[in-house]
Amino acid sequence: MKKPTVTQIKNVLKDFEPKKGSLLIPILQKIQETFGYVPPESLKLIVRHINVAQSKIYGVLTFYAQFSTTPRGKYIIRPCRGTACHVRGAQNIISKIKSKIKLEDGETTPDYKFTLETVACLGACALAPMVVIGKDYHGNLTPDRIDAIIDSCK
Amino acid sequence: MRPITSKEELAKIRESIIKRIDPTMPTITLCAGTGCVALGSQKVYEALESEIKRHKLQGKVSLKRTGCHGFCERGPLLVILPDEIFYQRVTPEDVPVIIEKTILKKEIITKLLYVDLKTKKRIEKEPEVPFYKHQMRVVFRHNGKIDPIDIEDYIRYDGFQALSTVLCEMSPEKVVAEIKKSGLRGRGGAGFPTGLKWEFARQSREKERYVICNGDEGDPGAFMDRSVMEGDPYAVIEGLTIAGYAVGAKKGYIYVRAEYPLAVNNLTVAIEKAKQTGFLGKNIWGKGFDFEIIIKEGAGAFVCGEETALMASIEGKRGMPKPRPPFPAETGLWGKPTVINNVETLVNLPYIILKGADNYAGIGTETSKGTKIFALAGKINNTGLVEVPMGTTLRQIIEEIGAGIPNKKEFKAVQMGGPSGGCLPASCLDTPVDYESLKSAGAIMGSGGMIVMDERNCMVDIARYFLDFIQKESCGKCVPCRLGTKRMLEIVTRFTTGEARQGDIEKLNDLAVSVRDTSLCGLGQTAPNPVLSTIQYFRKEYEEHLNDKFCSSGVCPGMFQYVIDQKKCTGCTICARNCPVNAISGEKKKAHKIDQDKCELCGICAEKCRFAAIHPKPKTLVGSAK
Repeated sequence: MKKPTVTQIKNVLKDFEPKKGSLLIPILQKIQETFGYVPPESLKLIVRHINVAQSKIYGVLTFYAQFSTTPRGKYIIRPCRGTACHVRGAQNIISKIKSKIKLEDGETTPDYKFTLETVACLGACALAPMVVIGKDYHGNLTPDRIDAIIDSCK
Repeated sequence: MRPITSKEELAKIRESIIKRIDPTMPTITLCAGTGCVALGSQKVYEALESEIKRHKLQGKVSLKRTGCHGFCERGPLLVILPDEIFYQRVTPEDVPVIIEKTILKKEIITKLLYVDLKTKKRIEKEPEVPFYKHQMRVVFRHNGKIDPIDIEDYIRYDGFQALSTVLCEMSPEKVVAEIKKSGLRGRGGAGFPTGLKWEFARQSREKERYVICNGDEGDPGAFMDRSVMEGDPYAVIEGLTIAGYAVGAKKGYIYVRAEYPLAVNNLTVAIEKAKQTGFLGKNIWGKGFDFEIIIKEGAGAFVCGEETALMASIEGKRGMPKPRPPFPAETGLWGKPTVINNVETLVNLPYIILKGADNYAGIGTETSKGTKIFALAGKINNTGLVEVPMGTTLRQIIEEIGAGIPNKKEFKAVQMGGPSGGCLPASCLDTPVDYESLKSAGAIMGSGGMIVMDERNCMVDIARYFLDFIQKESCGKCVPCRLGTKRMLEIVTRFTTGEARQGDIEKLNDLAVSVRDTSLCGLGQTAPNPVLSTIQYFRKEYEEHLNDKFCSSGVCPGMFQYVIDQKKCTGCTICARNCPVNAISGEKKKAHKIDQDKCELCGICAEKCRFAAIHPKPKTLVGSAK
């Protein structure tokens, strides 16, 4: 994994009005969108840009589930653990995925191919239990279909 | 579209839009809500586009991608107007036939029609489908009819009429009075009267005020706000602008959950178009009212649905709640008076202004007016979004609209209001849905999640599920919620692993009451509801887990095993054929057996068995199987 350079990070920051602390979350979102994660190197640059203490930025960064401080995989596997999925057996689906790619929630494979991120609800309850991989929805799942779905990610 | 500057001009433009459209021209509306997209509606759309081109039907047939129709179970959904022909589970392969038969020859394709589960009759028209027949669509009045981002389409369906009335004929005080009279209460969960909330903010001497649309729909199992934001974004904008006018705010925020990219996109486009058309901006229509709307995307924290946490998040801080009072109406965003209304609440506003407060107050019950949208899901035949007048009973929703439980299973409970709500048993099915009745039954209206459970769902497991969710989402600021939910989770987990001790039910109950009574914000105060309601109505299941180390629903691992009833089994082999680990053996037409050493307890055999011969049994009673 290549780390983003200072210039690249600065390029993202320059679209945001300086010294405006309320922009912190949108800035972190943009950085994550651009690089796939929030590189710890970017924190000092954000400090200088919006004039907010690094401790505060770190607090926000770790508070919100959306942000990741480590690079993530090419395929982000998002099994839904919403209520509708839960009552239709999401637990079996999630354990099957975990054993298949040998990851716990929030982890990434060493080859940066898969990241496992369970989500609270995707609002596609008619398809329960379901998993989203990248942008593809896989619904009405049974544990025996997991192998084929994950193997199809190249 | 050029800017509109007066009521007369809006009326004229609307007239010309209506005149331009031939009402007899076939219009194909295809649902592009998340459910239908996940089921492949995008491919159906592409097929429709190319078929229309192939038959050179451009200008003779109109094709529209709409917001969610609600009946997600049967997606992708397609409705042909003006005849309202309703096709369900449409695939790209069906498209050529739809164009050739239904569009060109007006013939109905029977295999795409919905079959009523009770009467087995095929139903042609959308409003006659039982799922829709018992609904009343106020908030959803445009969803499924209009192209979400086409402002002309919105104007055609009465769009911005209410805002125009408010701007030209009503003072802010009069708007507040009208909403108060309508009896509208917040749809985000707590049910605070909307007009009263506005009045509090108006009383402040501070002139800088804010209105916020709360679209941080975090409850697992609730997705109506998303459907509205995706399918009818102009209505959200119109509602928020009316609220801004009434409260005296110049700036409005829409706080949308980050997991809803389509909602963010549609709202962004709609705000831009509303600005260009003159419904947002400085000195709107020369009436001296400035209003702008800014979208704020959430970043994945459930607690930000709580209003003080939401405001902290907009300010760029950790989303942690503050003690109230002071209420946001006095000291809110950046210390200024702020009104926060839920998406569904705001979309009610244009309807109330157009139809009048008295008309609106005529819908619903004594204390709860209007309609409510529920997200019906779980073990139910018809999953989807359902809008019903307040006062409809749970039974009507589950049995008539939802068409009951699939696979001939028994109803066990309905979970209402997500992690803040409770589980109600069959004896509560005649409870009408209004704020007070649900609360006294032990659940809440909440955001409107309605998850149906059957005999195969363990209520202790459900309590553990919600506690696990809440415990992870607790922001950690106050002790009762941070530590209390953790300890409660530990105790409930003991039940689900067979390690519960005598007295644990009482301990759990005590702790739940303390957390409820002493937490700082709504998250902690309501977090014990799933536990309290399951202890109240399903104490037997807790006792079974405690005393017999047995989970009769067959959910908690290690606390049951599947056994085939040798008398009921007919030897049809369906279980053996479906077992993923080949743990079932037996000869055809003779009773089968499960090898407990191989069995992984997935339960597929019990689901598949047509003779109800496979059930979870306590481990100890069956001898030394494992």
